[in-house]
Amino acid sequence: MAKVLLIAEHDGENLNANTAKCVACAAGIPGAEIDIAVFAESAGDIAAEAASLESVSRVLSSEDPAYRGALAAVLAPQIVALAGGYDYVLGPSTTFGKDLMPRVAALLGVNQVSDIMSVEGERTFKRPIYAGSAIVTVEAPADVTVVGTVRAASYRPVGAGNSAAVESLAMTADVPDHTRFIASESGASDRPDLQSAARVVAGGRALGSADNFDLIYKLADKLDAGVGASRAAVDAGYVPNEMQVGQTGRIIAPDLYIAIGISGAIQHVTGIKDAGTIVAINKDEEAPIFEIADVGLVGDLFNVVPELIDALD
Amino acid sequence: MEKILVGLKRVVDYNVRVRVKGDGSGVETEGVKMSINPFDEIALEEALRIKERGEANEIVVVSIGSGEAQQQLRTGLAMGADRAILVETAEEPDPLSAARALLEIVNRENAELVLLGKQAIDNDNAQTGQMLATLWGRPQATFASKLEFSGESVRVTREVDAGLDVIEVDLPAVITADLRLNEPRYVKLPDIMKAKKKPLDTIPWADLELPDSPAISAVSFEPPAARERGIIVEDVAGLVGALKDKGLL
Ligand SMILES: Cc1cc2nc3c(=O)[nH]c(=O)nc-3n(C[C@H](O)[C@H](O)[C@H](O)COP(=O)(O)OP(=O)(O)OC[C@H]3O[C@@H](n4cnc5c(N)ncnc54)[C@H](O)[C@@H]3O)c2cc1C
Ligand SMILES: Nc1ncnc2c1ncn2[C@@H]1O[C@H](COP(=O)(O)O)[C@@H](O)[C@H]1O
Repeated sequence: MAKVLLIAEHDGENLNANTAKCVACAAGIPGAEIDIAVFAESAGDIAAEAASLESVSRVLSSEDPAYRGALAAVLAPQIVALAGGYDYVLGPSTTFGKDLMPRVAALLGVNQVSDIMSVEGERTFKRPIYAGSAIVTVEAPADVTVVGTVRAASYRPVGAGNSAAVESLAMTADVPDHTRFIASESGASDRPDLQSAARVVAGGRALGSADNFDLIYKLADKLDAGVGASRAAVDAGYVPNEMQVGQTGRIIAPDLYIAIGISGAIQHVTGIKDAGTIVAINKDEEAPIFEIADVGLVGDLFNVVPELIDALD
Repeated sequence: MEKILVGLKRVVDYNVRVRVKGDGSGVETEGVKMSINPFDEIALEEALRIKERGEANEIVVVSIGSGEAQQQLRTGLAMGADRAILVETAEEPDPLSAARALLEIVNRENAELVLLGKQAIDNDNAQTGQMLATLWGRPQATFASKLEFSGESVRVTREVDAGLDVIEVDLPAVITADLRLNEPRYVKLPDIMKAKKKPLDTIPWADLELPDSPAISAVSFEPPAARERGIIVEDVAGLVGALKDKGLL
């Protein structure tokens, strides 16, 4: 048997959709018995959602005001206090998991397997390196806890027909006071969430201004799509950082991805490799994005996109 | 602040198209352009700005790697760092070992702030800063896009999936830089000349007397599954048709 502890990500109210994909990864470990740990100010609903995920044996739910803001320095010692009973401690490879899990690994005195994209054996995993230009098969050493983050875009979520037991968990480790959560500034949006949207429309530097980016929003609204952007578009201030797709932004796997005025740099493309269909609209027929696009249209976006919006009426 | 320590890792330049060796034993690094990890350059730029504002006195750059990493340290000195330390090792350290080595240097130097990159773009591990903070028993602020110092603490704006988080950490602390923290300066020729005279000390890895860490071993390397080049359509009607054919509209 392989005991797996998976750390749930949430926004204070709902379980993050990546958790169901992490469960799918964990379920690939031979003999896996999966527990999910929820640390939240108010954990009830989140824990219930976690308990509904198939393949989950148990949900451990810990409530405390100190969990506000999900600070790694607060969470890591709580996780380590539990870790003794587990062979694997996993989290999502999101900014939440990337911040937290190495702290857990360091407390356990091990290295972390980052961005697991496939489980090849008890301690053998595949992961991307060099912005996805190479895939390495790695082996974690025997006799130590495996700490890892899961590249959610590589997995399909498990179903939600389960009703695992939920146990409440007391806060056991000390809470450090050297780190304080101040505020979250996230732009609430009515559009489908970029991470889980079935369709995503993304714009690049070619949009030229925040105003012009409206074209992308209009097309997205027609398609009921989430909106993404290249780093260049974020750096130029056309859109906020949470819309960046790529090596240092979101790694996503929608059924349809439409890249508009995006050249297709490796750091961008690594974020969309697992998309179902990639469409590229670019005026330069030599743009690298066409090397990976399933459907390409060479043309000026300022002509093509309004026409496309009309055609979808 | 008396001293800021900045980690500079020597990595394959981000413009290089990295290829897996034919025999799957690794990636091709022979004759390939090497640079400072881009996030580390941003970390150093931030340290220099802190010093230029009069909020720090000395910037020390550290690299753990082969003798060739002296090139990246010299570039760091040319950007404006005061001193450089090379922890010399022929073997690529795993993140836990790198964090242990950095901690040893932090203690020897009595640094109050460590600025690292949020990830090294070779192995894309994104672990070292968090591990260093943990072993040091100090706070971390990862993926930083803005720093505001006040007395013994620093307010850090962090780029997270949902947008931006703001946290406050007490010093000493480890901060890891994200892309939008700043835009690093270009190095000017006279600075390169000046940098040659700045101190660069080498410490052999063995002198740090670090414990062995359970490294994760690489078994084999392969190229990623290739996406096929698809079709080119002539116009919007062609695009709509293609999407309908695929059942996407
Ligand atoms: C460490 C590191 C990490 C990075 N991480 C990321 C990341 O996470 N995500 C990311 O996206 N990038 C990332 N980058 C940046 C990446 O290398 C590219 O610079 C960036 O993706 C380019 O954005 P772009 O395609 O919008 O701009 P450009 O490369 O400038 O491309 C603009 C494209 O628009 C086309 N175009 C111009 N006008 C029109 C028009 N009127 N109609 C149609 N097409 C037009 C051009 O032909 C061109 O192909 C990273 C870089 C580094 C060094
Ligand atoms: N060998 C090294 N030498 C200097 N700094 C390093 C080294 N390895 C990692 N770092 C620092 O730690 C950061 C994160 O690295 P990693 O955990 O490997 O992604 C890098 O951006 C560097 O600032």
